[in-house]
Amino acid sequence: MTQTLNIGGSPSGGSALEISHLSKHFDGAVALDDVGLQVARSEVHGLLGSNGSGKSTLIKVLAGFHDPEPGAEIRLYGDKLPLPVPGARTREKGLAFVHQNLGLIPTLSVTENLFLNQLATEESWSLNWARLHDEASRIFQKFGLAFDPRALVAQLTPVQQALLAIVRAYEELRQASAAHGDRPGVLVLDEPTPFLPRSGVEQLFRLVRQCTDLGASVIFVSHDVDEVREITDRATILRDGVLIDTVDTASTSHDGFVERIVGRSLQTYAGGAKQLHSPATRVGVTDLAGPGIGPLSFDMTQGEILGLTGLIGSGCDDVPAMIYGAREEATGRLELDGTGKSIATLTPEEALAWGLAYLPADRLGAAGVGSLPVGENVAMPVYETLGVGAWLTDQVINRHAQTLGAQAEVKPNVPELPLSALSGGNAQKALMAKWLQIKPRLLLLDEPTQGVDVGARQTLWDALDAAAANGTSVLIGSTDYDQLAQICHRVLIFARGQIADELTGTDLTKETIAERCYHSTAAMA
Amino acid sequence: MDNYEDRVAALEARILELEAVNEARAAQPAFSWKSWFEKYGLLVAWVAVILILGAFKPAQMFVWNSYATMLGSNAMVVVLTLALIIPLTTGDFDLSVAATMGLSSMLIAVLNVQFDQPIFVSIIVALLAGAAVGAVNAFFIVYFRVFSLIVTLGTGYFVAGLILWVSDSGTIAGVSMGLVKVVILTRFLGIPVGFYYALILTGAIWYLFQYTSLGRRLLFVGRGREVARLSGVNVDRMRTGALIASSVLAAFAGVLYTGMRGAADPSSALAFLLPAFAAAFLGSTAIYPGRFNAIGAFVAVYFLSTGIMGLNFLGVSSFVTNLFYGGGLVLAVAISQIIRGRKPMD
Repeated sequence: MTQTLNIGGSPSGGSALEISHLSKHFDGAVALDDVGLQVARSEVHGLLGSNGSGKSTLIKVLAGFHDPEPGAEIRLYGDKLPLPVPGARTREKGLAFVHQNLGLIPTLSVTENLFLNQLATEESWSLNWARLHDEASRIFQKFGLAFDPRALVAQLTPVQQALLAIVRAYEELRQASAAHGDRPGVLVLDEPTPFLPRSGVEQLFRLVRQCTDLGASVIFVSHDVDEVREITDRATILRDGVLIDTVDTASTSHDGFVERIVGRSLQTYAGGAKQLHSPATRVGVTDLAGPGIGPLSFDMTQGEILGLTGLIGSGCDDVPAMIYGAREEATGRLELDGTGKSIATLTPEEALAWGLAYLPADRLGAAGVGSLPVGENVAMPVYETLGVGAWLTDQVINRHAQTLGAQAEVKPNVPELPLSALSGGNAQKALMAKWLQIKPRLLLLDEPTQGVDVGARQTLWDALDAAAANGTSVLIGSTDYDQLAQICHRVLIFARGQIADELTGTDLTKETIAERCYHSTAAMA
Repeated sequence: MDNYEDRVAALEARILELEAVNEARAAQPAFSWKSWFEKYGLLVAWVAVILILGAFKPAQMFVWNSYATMLGSNAMVVVLTLALIIPLTTGDFDLSVAATMGLSSMLIAVLNVQFDQPIFVSIIVALLAGAAVGAVNAFFIVYFRVFSLIVTLGTGYFVAGLILWVSDSGTIAGVSMGLVKVVILTRFLGIPVGFYYALILTGAIWYLFQYTSLGRRLLFVGRGREVARLSGVNVDRMRTGALIASSVLAAFAGVLYTGMRGAADPSSALAFLLPAFAAAFLGSTAIYPGRFNAIGAFVAVYFLSTGIMGLNFLGVSSFVTNLFYGGGLVLAVAISQIIRGRKPMD
């Protein structure tokens, strides 16, 4: 699995990348706390951690999106980088990123994508396409890839697209290193695998190895313990913004990794102790299927709060929208209080009239309109009941929204303000109130407290508890294990589009949920 | 000691409370000259234009008859602007309104004069033709998901071709005096009744947008398609309805246009597209700033036409009309961008 390496003090000048004393705070919340990391030359270095571990914050600091707290130091081949990292110039210094969305332009050809950054700064007036296509072929040959340089990227499979993005990043590093001498560069692969089939992952790993054989270093960010064990030489594990350990992969077991990722805490969670009021089944989902998901079935009782979770790419976050009829490709059957409907033909309009409500995670893109007042956003589902005779005035709308806002603790509770003026937590409280006021029979939520501060989180949970106690069944798709442990009666663990496990009662802790997520994904592989 | 800590805690709670109150007060929309001027600045500008031009030509600018004529003869521009703001609210452009107005105008003349159809029947057919144009627009925009700007640019040009075809490229005069009578010859307070039709429509659309749940949902469709869809609004049906309503209103503008002149010509209607757009965008900076609104549109049409009228009195050449409307459109959009905080237009 591992190959001969020169970890640390190599004759050609120490670590490729060296990070020390890296901290990052967001409004008082600590996302990274004095983290240090060394990546050796020719090394594949894994970066692991659950959601909220600080992993993505670290990558964003490297990419120049975040400015770290003073005191941090980042060195590339011994040279200190200015902070914040100048995002546009990291490539010259020898740092390239492949993010999950790959950054390819599907309507352009393979060659155009491969040389995208060069073409953008190309100074000569005319382009010799034949020469560029030849050069592209030559590069692909070097890596043993059979790509047609003239094909459109949209025609490539997802695996080929990922490979192309990595080759491009590597080639850009190689070009930059030509100017800097002995600096093959560091390639950051940020979650490249969750949506790839197993055979594709193997191809991708082969390519990663080719890159390191040529001298580059790779930081491999992933949720998948098995993949990390397979490809990395060493791995760093973060938890709650703190560096837990940097381990030699070869001498660390699967459980060893999971233990470090998950940790152990003595915190008690409210969810497991919750009692259901009514044992009667209210919601039945049968043979729900969509791209990469299902077919799967589950039931819910009245007043139950059911969590759906899994690692990124497991499909758990798609289920609420699918049940609501918001995804065209979804099929299956939904039963609600004895009547059934086909999900394939269900529209959001019908779903709403039937007693469903759906709050998407994209707060100002899908859940509410930022440019419109809070009042109109909140009152929209009940416009019909608000009018005084035939007149639906701003005054009625705002008075109604103010009453709801006071109950939901929206601050400032001023319905005239545009929704975009509220903080994330307060906007979410208002949007939650929008749907809770119609007392849906089944409330579908997607990451209900993402980007929400601690206080608002508790308020939102209390609101959900109250709704459930009044008979609303609540389905939550979330990868926030802490949240699920706090508020759910029951949690279903997803892996590769299937329900892999179910947790209730005393098993419902943040740690068990995390542990099952990692194990289920391994078991289904 | 305990006592001290209690007091500190109480003090802190009090401070937090006061901060919350202050925050809420700061956010309360108290009266401010800035927001007043945003809403009514266009009306102030209108009065200013009248006074300034009046200083040069008092004999013409300060005479009621000038305004009575101006109000009547721009009635169809008001209706055409109202037609535009419906799809603009749902997030679609309709560049075919002026051609639809021309088609309606020409159909009435052809049916009434050349085919001896009763004027009432001719008008019904013209309105139905408008609905058909709207349905075709909606079919391509909503079903094929083609950008509305492109579809209506094409259908507008297509309809302009239809007008030339049915009219044999000529002007048709001699339309029933009945229509002329109920549009321009009958006057109330000196103003041709055509103006009052436009006024009633303005009120109706103001009511629809501002005081009905349908109108407010239309706004959600325009501002956040996905939000509206997930909130149970049938977005496709709303957009289709808005596009058809737009074309039917444009056809009604054509009825007024024919009635004003007792004749129809194949090309002059097309020149009203830009004034209508200028008024729609200028109107969106007033009364309900940031939203396309009927009263704002109404005021904007007459603000612009007052300016044109005054410049005509000053004896300025006709090219000024183009400068005025073209410049007005760009300035209006720029002003509305300032109101929106210079965010990219969607």
